[in-house]
Amino acid sequence: MSLTDLTLARAREGLRKKEFSARELTEAHLAAIEALNPQLNAFVTVTHELAGAAADDADRALARGEGGALAGIPLAIKDLFCTEGVRTTAASRILENFVPPYESTVTAKLKASGAVFLGKTNLDEFAMGSSNMTSAFGAVTNPWQRGGDPAALVPGGSSGGSAASVAARLALAATGTDTGGSIRQPAAFCGIAGIKPTYGRCSRYGIIAFASSLDQAGPMARTVEDCAILLGAMAGFDPKDSTSADRPVPDFAAACGRGISGLRIGVPLEYAAPGVSGEIAALWERGRAWLRAAGAELVEISLPHTKQALPTYYIVAPAEASSNLARYDGVRFGRREEGGDLTELYEATRAAGFGDEVKRRILIGTYVLSAGYYDAYYLRAQKIRTLILRDFQRAFETCDAILTPTAPTAAFAQGEKMDDPVTMYLNDIYTVPASLAGLPAISVPAGLDPEGLPLGLQVIGRPFDEETVFAVADKIEKAAGFSALPALRAGA
Amino acid sequence: MSLDPATVRRIAHLARIHIEADDIPRWQAELNGILGWIEQLAALDVAGVPPLTGVAETALPMREDVVTDGGMPEKILANAPSRADSYFVVPKVVE
Amino acid sequence: MSYTIDGKTGPWELVIGLEVHAQVISRAKLFSGAATVFGGAPNSQVSFIDAAFPGMLPVINRECVAQAVRTGLGLNAEIHLESRFDRKNYFYADLPAGYQISQYQHPIVGRGVIEIELADGEVRQIGITRLHLEQDAGKSLHDQHPTKSYIDLNRAGVALMEIVSEPDLRSPEEAGAYLRKLRTVLRYLGTCDGNMDEGSMRADVNVSVRKSGEPFRTRCEVKNVNSVRFVMQAIEAEARRQIAVWEEGGTVLQETRLFEPARGITRSMRNKEDAHDYRYFPDPDLLPLKLDPAWVEALRADLPELPDAKKQRFMAEYGLPAYDAGVLVAEQASADYFEAVARGREGRFAANWVIGDLFAALNRTGRTIETSPVAPGALGELLDLVADGTINGRIAKDVFEDMVESGEAPAEIVARKNLRQVTDTGAIESAVASVLAANADKVAEYKSGKEKLFGFFVGQVMKAMAGKGNPALVNDVLRRHLA
Ligand SMILES: [Mg+2]
Ligand SMILES: [Zn+2]
Repeated sequence: MSLTDLTLARAREGLRKKEFSARELTEAHLAAIEALNPQLNAFVTVTHELAGAAADDADRALARGEGGALAGIPLAIKDLFCTEGVRTTAASRILENFVPPYESTVTAKLKASGAVFLGKTNLDEFAMGSSNMTSAFGAVTNPWQRGGDPAALVPGGSSGGSAASVAARLALAATGTDTGGSIRQPAAFCGIAGIKPTYGRCSRYGIIAFASSLDQAGPMARTVEDCAILLGAMAGFDPKDSTSADRPVPDFAAACGRGISGLRIGVPLEYAAPGVSGEIAALWERGRAWLRAAGAELVEISLPHTKQALPTYYIVAPAEASSNLARYDGVRFGRREEGGDLTELYEATRAAGFGDEVKRRILIGTYVLSAGYYDAYYLRAQKIRTLILRDFQRAFETCDAILTPTAPTAAFAQGEKMDDPVTMYLNDIYTVPASLAGLPAISVPAGLDPEGLPLGLQVIGRPFDEETVFAVADKIEKAAGFSALPALRAGA
Repeated sequence: MSLDPATVRRIAHLARIHIEADDIPRWQAELNGILGWIEQLAALDVAGVPPLTGVAETALPMREDVVTDGGMPEKILANAPSRADSYFVVPKVVE
Repeated sequence: MSYTIDGKTGPWELVIGLEVHAQVISRAKLFSGAATVFGGAPNSQVSFIDAAFPGMLPVINRECVAQAVRTGLGLNAEIHLESRFDRKNYFYADLPAGYQISQYQHPIVGRGVIEIELADGEVRQIGITRLHLEQDAGKSLHDQHPTKSYIDLNRAGVALMEIVSEPDLRSPEEAGAYLRKLRTVLRYLGTCDGNMDEGSMRADVNVSVRKSGEPFRTRCEVKNVNSVRFVMQAIEAEARRQIAVWEEGGTVLQETRLFEPARGITRSMRNKEDAHDYRYFPDPDLLPLKLDPAWVEALRADLPELPDAKKQRFMAEYGLPAYDAGVLVAEQASADYFEAVARGREGRFAANWVIGDLFAALNRTGRTIETSPVAPGALGELLDLVADGTINGRIAKDVFEDMVESGEAPAEIVARKNLRQVTDTGAIESAVASVLAANADKVAEYKSGKEKLFGFFVGQVMKAMAGKGNPALVNDVLRRHLA
């Protein structure tokens, strides 16, 4: 087996047993990036030298019988995490030359556990999108293709570069961030696993903000267990983030092995609304059967405000974004376009620095907060958010986890769904409710559509009960036996 | 509620994003498309429902009053598009 | 008599409210660990949080919260056990994030009251609407370059308390008294140094005018006035401008204005066109601020004695008149100095010395009570020398001047200059005898009924005794000899 095909868990074992070195493992991935990134555009920055040095450090530590939980593991980092001394762009022209003099807490923890960073992955600009089409560095190509058709498909978004890099074996695993589905939807589109943990589980310090009340970092990997291992290293209280949760980090990897016999799995009626395609409905049905076979009890639940979740999200997230992105003004860092006066400088800088989707969301967000509209839009959305949270709280009185599809369709072609922003927004219809409620939710690859594209199932858990989410996801993964491979991948 | 061109210009100015006059109709149409879709929320009765700002349930953590940061003007200014000595520089602001 | 300004159409009343921005005394900033000290090299007291770098997050400083609570308690105000931080969104060169973290709908402190005393002794209660915590902005320097402004973020993120009064003030004098009283209270509490020169206290002044009995008319806000005197001048200038507008048939527009001290006028401010649309919303980076009632009570228990209470105590305990007590408590340091002098001595006597001779000496030498050349202990010793008859009151003044000059202890000065009061009747008798002998004509006049010459004889005797005679004994002896 090639080094790029290993799971993170297996690679860890191989490194400890000295079957191969961290240097070899890293070189194999750097070679894969060199070979495939020109096609995939998954990385915007590759840090060859830093990766090599980190691998050598890991080898020395491993030789001493030391090394952290991720010693020598090559990872891809979404280019939304600030990395000290390494350009961090948020895939925006406005930050195209920004080199942070500081490190995000999540990446600092990963470094401290010995991980090797291969580089920074592409994303929708400022994580705003579901297709990776909005990146200032060009679209990412999904390594999967429709049955023999080489037409480029989107990897999903916004963590599309991370998803594509893991699916195509350019990295063992990757970090992502999820605001309304940005880990789960691209994971589903690329046939990998990805979990958005509970809001507050991972520190947001040093992650470029999109919508602060929703943003969460999480792992993306080829197995549920790999996600669990990686999350263990990313999670934990951080005094630098006032919204980070001060609670212990459980052994997520151990939780994958837990039985689910007697567990009650909720199936929300409202997710079966008209419009769900036959193949998605069939996949969901198979998922229920697998869990039943594993001993779980399936219960119908109702999440009555599901329909309102997406429009609510498209008020809350742009409102926060309009404020979070005000700091990109051409004064202290980032791109500047000169102007005759300060207002002209601001307006020219932001007009040139932001792409259309970012502008769209800033303008919507500015509008819904502006005088006379706040109550009708923003305040109302916050109230509906309460109703959505209550829906889940009520549902969790009768179930322990919730099973839904991850996305309404498989990956679509680049350029599709671009005519109307709302059509694109509908991609997140299944992922957004859990985001608004701050709940942990994972996407697991569970099957292929008739054209051979991967589809994912989503498992949503109670706040801070990622363990149950992992246990259920692990059973789906085992039952699905997902073994299909993307057309574009290292060694193929 | 639907945006007229003047409102699009006002919002763009509030957000400090320059929009060419030619582009106003396109933005107007796109924003109205999104707002029209959001409009469905108006039908929901939210009387008596408290607003939710965030989902974290704990109280605001407080730090001690200790100087732990600063003293690094070079790092603060390292990314500045324009500087003079240790200042950021912008076109003259008239109050 | 209420204050009015006479226009062409008759007298106008003023309605004034103040928003005071008081810089919180703390080591570190409100949401970052950067230092707050005044006068650092540009951008040297700046964290990535203060400069609003991507991904940076605020974490609140407990001491800043405590200072706001102490201030609220000192203003007899409601403390809100739950409050919240909002973002006030606007673009400005020295506002790095494009928003200021402030408290809009749910401030930490609610209604309170402050008592002011006017020159004629009238006492008025001025309502406090609220106090909230917020971040200061950075500083723009406009005079360093012909076409550029320079930005220093050292002050960005320093904690401010915005203290908003009710529109209860009716004259420039009242506004001045309010500001001075507020400053005194803040300084007693140790929550703000009140230094207006360094900008630690700035006032926004809301002014409107009306005819007697009318409801409020439109008000204008005069921003960032930085001395008590300028606040009083700005109010008068703005009120006169508004009166002229109304009287010429115009309408006063609600707007933000700037006071130009050099020209004594206010003018409309540019760059404020978005002022009506700050798009406030709850800051999602910060959870609601919840205070433990026990913590608030502990802060209350630790509050110092405040000026109003101290004044009452000085009146009761030392028998001071209200005016003297008021002068002494205006600054904690002078109140403390007075008490150190007065303890165990005659209170009014001590107060006269502190307010009279000491304050005059400080004035003359350009010193403050903290750097006084005469320590309270030394002044106390001087008063003891008078009280026990070692020196007389007249000589005490000279000794005090010597203390200011030399810093020597009063007893040493008395000894060195041989200033002890002469109580030996023999010496007094002989001085009296020689004065009367040398002024036989005056003695004759006195005896024929010109009794006011008695003072002349006292003066001559004291002069002959180099001022050291015991005044009571000198009087006795003279009277006897002239009888
Ligand atoms: Mg104000
Ligand atoms: Zn303020």
